[in-house]
Amino acid sequence: MRAVYGLYPNGDSAQQAVNRLRAAGIVDRDITVISAQPMEDYEFGEMDRATWMWWLACLGGLIGMAVGVGLAWLTETSWPIDVGGLPIFAWWPNLIIIFELTMLGSILATVATLIVTAFLPGKGRTLYDPEVTDGQILVGVEDPPEGSIQSLQATLGAPPGARVKTV
Amino acid sequence: MTQPSGSKINSDLLRPLFQTSWRFYLLVAIFGGIVGLGLVTWMAQMYLGFGVSGIRWPVYWGFYVTSFVFWIGISHAGTLISAILRLVNAGWRRPVTRCAEVITAFALMIGAMFPIIHLGRPWLAFWLIPYPSERLIWPNFRSPLVWDFFAINGYLTGSLLFLLLPTIPDFAVVRDRSTGLRRKIYGVLALGWRGTPKQWHRLETAMQIMAIAIIPVAVSVHTIVSFDFSMAPVPMWNTTIFGPYFVAGAIFSGIAGLIIAMAVLRKFLHLEDYLLPLHFENLGKLMLVMALLWGYFVFNERLVTYYGNGPAEMSVFWRTQEGTFAPLYWTMVIGNFVLPVILMGIRRFRTITGCVIASIGVVVGMWLERFLIIVPALGHKYLPYSYGIYRPAAPEIIIASATFAAMCLLYVLFAKVVPIISIGELKAGEHLPRKHPQPVAEEHRLGDSHA
Repeated sequence: MRAVYGLYPNGDSAQQAVNRLRAAGIVDRDITVISAQPMEDYEFGEMDRATWMWWLACLGGLIGMAVGVGLAWLTETSWPIDVGGLPIFAWWPNLIIIFELTMLGSILATVATLIVTAFLPGKGRTLYDPEVTDGQILVGVEDPPEGSIQSLQATLGAPPGARVKTV
Repeated sequence: MTQPSGSKINSDLLRPLFQTSWRFYLLVAIFGGIVGLGLVTWMAQMYLGFGVSGIRWPVYWGFYVTSFVFWIGISHAGTLISAILRLVNAGWRRPVTRCAEVITAFALMIGAMFPIIHLGRPWLAFWLIPYPSERLIWPNFRSPLVWDFFAINGYLTGSLLFLLLPTIPDFAVVRDRSTGLRRKIYGVLALGWRGTPKQWHRLETAMQIMAIAIIPVAVSVHTIVSFDFSMAPVPMWNTTIFGPYFVAGAIFSGIAGLIIAMAVLRKFLHLEDYLLPLHFENLGKLMLVMALLWGYFVFNERLVTYYGNGPAEMSVFWRTQEGTFAPLYWTMVIGNFVLPVILMGIRRFRTITGCVIASIGVVVGMWLERFLIIVPALGHKYLPYSYGIYRPAAPEIIIASATFAAMCLLYVLFAKVVPIISIGELKAGEHLPRKHPQPVAEEHRLGDSHA
């Protein structure tokens, strides 16, 4: 992987770097921003916000509910037990099992979505610098087009406090 | 009042991971020794048979089920409180959440062990798992014990994930500060975390969804534990108030457990800059509310029984009010109501020391409450032929005590490998979205205006 990136001491400089990259014709999906904390008070912190996670959590809940109904129905009808005159498949007590599995399905779907969408690296992107942990904000471009490295270095080096690196 | 920021957070909160004092080994040796004694006692109980315990007909539930209900209650400290504070966007939650969530995970594990310890043949515990088999013993889905299985396992799974997801950015911080094998291990645990806006957004969204999902699950868990009692035709058990009464008691004891844990961590890990007196004061106020709620539920339960005037119920009622169980009952009232209401109700006493004293009273009181729900009623059911007494035997006392040591041991070990205050959460408070009013990020007293 080749990359050009800058390390910035604060959000204002990082925002400037992102703006300059955009002005240089780099689209958001090609800009890498890495920080040690969510930077929600800056515009670049809002990148990639859209997600289907809420809907997938609901879908997971529905699947969990279906599993709960199916498990209770199959078990109770396959091995019927008479309990104090209750119906063999009694909705009131089964609602507890169905509820628990609904919520569990929702939780598991949420975690699965998180892992797939956030932790599996997209397009082999692995740019990172351990200085981020110390509070630096990384803004860079991975696999830049041939011949653009020098102009990117100049663009990323313009904001105050920038330290530009090429790997 | 504001928290430290930036690299000071890293160095302060990573210090316990990179530096090990003799006190760590001493604590592990002491707690490990007690846990070892408990395990040996359990094995002896398995080998010699359940007769070595004090559990005899008609009191089949003693220390073990008391401890089961107690620990499940303590587990409500973490995930539930953390989830509620997260959803209401309480800025002061940030240093508290992980301390609390850890309690939930370990208390649930310990609590879930008790039904297995309580089995004569614990190696057959898997029979509770619902799957088709030819052994002609199958789970009855209309039994509260099977509901327990689903509820506790669901809550444990959710709580573990709720605890572990926010640790991923912290694992990345440890990875970046480590070398050698430690770096490799934390690199794997960090799951390739880099800290892109996408990762932060997904993590925050996931935590919000899980917070919403886990609150009703937490409420359901202790309601279902209360069903173990209220579905049974035993004097003073068969009552509709047990669900909310148990949930309130669980949150109450959970807050008390959390305050004690925070005070110990603050002292031993030198977290004075993070776990502020204000955090104790806010939790103390919550504990005061729960003490009043607990008193309200007890009054309801007792008054309705008193007016019902059923012979069996009144027999149990007077045994606890004036009879052989009266000393325990009034100790419970002092621990759960008098002490917290006085100490937390008067602002001058709402200090860290005052909170810890009140919390110890509540933890003792809540254990006694579970004992007093179980034993007096089982020993004095509807017909005289089923009257009996219960005296805990040494194995029960040792095993129940060992679980407290197990909680401490697990906590000490966890704090050694994971930052006990979430670094990511603390730092997140520095850059809140502009749509939120800024004072939310700062520490404030409960009830103070955010505007």
